[in-house]
Amino acid sequence: MKRYSAFAIAREALSNHMGWERAWAAPQPKAAYDAIIIGAGGHGLATAYYLGKNFGITNVAILEKGWLGGGNTGRNTTIIRSNYLQDSSAAIYEKARSLYETLSQDLNYNAMFSPRGVMMLAQTHHEVRGYQRTAHANALQGVVTEFISPQRVKELCPILNIDGPRYPVLGALWQARGGTGRHDAVAWGYARACSAMGMDIIQNCEVKGITSANGVVTGVETTKGYIGTKKIGIVVAGHSGQVADMAGFRLPVEAVALQALVSEPIKPCMDVVVMANTVHGYMSQSDKGEMVIGGGTDGFNNFTQRGSFHHIEETLRALIETFPIISRLKMLRQWGGIVDMTGDRSPIISKTPVGNCFINCGWGTGGFKAIPGSGWAMAELMAKGEPGPLAAEFDMWRFKEGRFIDESVAAGVAH
Amino acid sequence: MLTLECPYCGVMADETELSPGYEAHLKRYGPGSSDEEFEAYMFARKNPKGVHFERWRHAYGCGKWFLAARDTATLEVFGTYPAQSSAPPQDLQDKIKAKRPDWKGYK
Ligand SMILES: Cc1cc2nc3c(=O)[nH]c(=O)nc-3n(C[C@H](O)[C@H](O)[C@H](O)COP(=O)(O)OP(=O)(O)OC[C@H]3O[C@@H](n4cnc5c(N)ncnc54)[C@H](O)[C@@H]3O)c2cc1C
Ligand SMILES: [Zn+2]
Repeated sequence: MKRYSAFAIAREALSNHMGWERAWAAPQPKAAYDAIIIGAGGHGLATAYYLGKNFGITNVAILEKGWLGGGNTGRNTTIIRSNYLQDSSAAIYEKARSLYETLSQDLNYNAMFSPRGVMMLAQTHHEVRGYQRTAHANALQGVVTEFISPQRVKELCPILNIDGPRYPVLGALWQARGGTGRHDAVAWGYARACSAMGMDIIQNCEVKGITSANGVVTGVETTKGYIGTKKIGIVVAGHSGQVADMAGFRLPVEAVALQALVSEPIKPCMDVVVMANTVHGYMSQSDKGEMVIGGGTDGFNNFTQRGSFHHIEETLRALIETFPIISRLKMLRQWGGIVDMTGDRSPIISKTPVGNCFINCGWGTGGFKAIPGSGWAMAELMAKGEPGPLAAEFDMWRFKEGRFIDESVAAGVAH
Repeated sequence: MLTLECPYCGVMADETELSPGYEAHLKRYGPGSSDEEFEAYMFARKNPKGVHFERWRHAYGCGKWFLAARDTATLEVFGTYPAQSSAPPQDLQDKIKAKRPDWKGYK
């Protein structure tokens, strides 16, 4: 892999930019690998990357039924934060957020992490108390957040209407080192780094079956033939139930649609991320100037990657009240992703009833922010066969044993 | 927008008139059941990509719960039936089988 740098740009300019290599190879599958990751979204690619980087396991294939990053990773609104209430969530999201800080240097690929600050508005007294409690919990967890006044909210985001008639802003939970990243670049950066380590990323290769002998996985049936392996990591988000079914177990997961939309581009008017959970909407401004908007999920199982129109209307209604300035903006594009919601709305990073078959899913509406930390924890689980401290509490048996990580981590609202 | 016919009042109800209730025909377990049974009732879900049976409530209409058969991969609605049914009516199952020959059947 030729490194990207200012020097490389100058060098390539001299040869009319004809010398750039492709970012990752497009190999055909080998007969067998030490480990197979199913799903080349951010979480699958990050798992493969840290398997190589932290454990030296590089005889790895990442199988993707479509194109890499074409699932939720390429469809999300890229909010990154780690201000969660429970210790186990704060630990893994903060690990992820801190890895994002240096991800571009680590991958030699500009992931455009922009720690512009994330503000979660408190618009009811209940929310004020909830966020104050979270700020205190974060102080104990070593996650830097603070509960700020309505005046400070207005200073940080002047286009916000803090005196709305229905839900005036009573304060906010502020994480100054939260922000956004470039979703595609995160997937592409990990993919390029995995390919450089000799891993095979095989696109247009759908896993159709999982084979096992004596309760331990032996390989996968795919649209490109049978591939043998010693270990499997299932990292397929909305399709987790389908792939788990191939391995022969059932998950506490339902797949529903979550939508997002962007406006026409306008001059810079907002340099923080604002989430308004009471009214169900959140917004930030992309570098191109578009307002990036999201809201709630639909309430029924859906695999079509499109959602219900009335949710868009509800989201915009809420945001126009919060940001009157956007009332005349035209919306340019709208899309949906299929998110995997667990029974307690927290993710699963776990062994499964099948030997050497591991699963990482349930990130639901909020897993972009978790990609580096989740990959880190999943790689440790796959390499050692046992979870490390980051993954330990996210096992799938917690639902049977009542050890919920009860936090609307991936609540159907905002992320 | 999803439209379902309420089997009680006969109204063709828009999604905005309805509240979703997720998977239908779950076997309900309570005190005295094993951990596995209780977990299955509370959390383990079929979540199929294809034919699915679900609970819906005509929340902004007659208020009644009913059941619906729908394809989660195409959003096609096959039909609705009363919540008192312990299994989808046979004629509805036949109709689905005719439209989806690969369907493995209810259960
Ligand atoms: C509209 C929207 C907005 C969001 N906003 C945010 C946000 O602001 N902040 C945040 O943190 N999170 C957000 N999320 C959530 C976030 O996008 C996801 O949690 C995260 O991207 C999940 O990554 P993943 O790698 O697990 O899944 P994906 O990126 O979906 O990757 C899974 C991959 O598996 C592949 N696959 C599936 N089945 C098979 C098979 N049988 N064989 C081979 N490959 C298969 C799929 O094609 C897919 O590419 C949002 C999601 C949506 C939809
Ligand atoms: Zn009715």
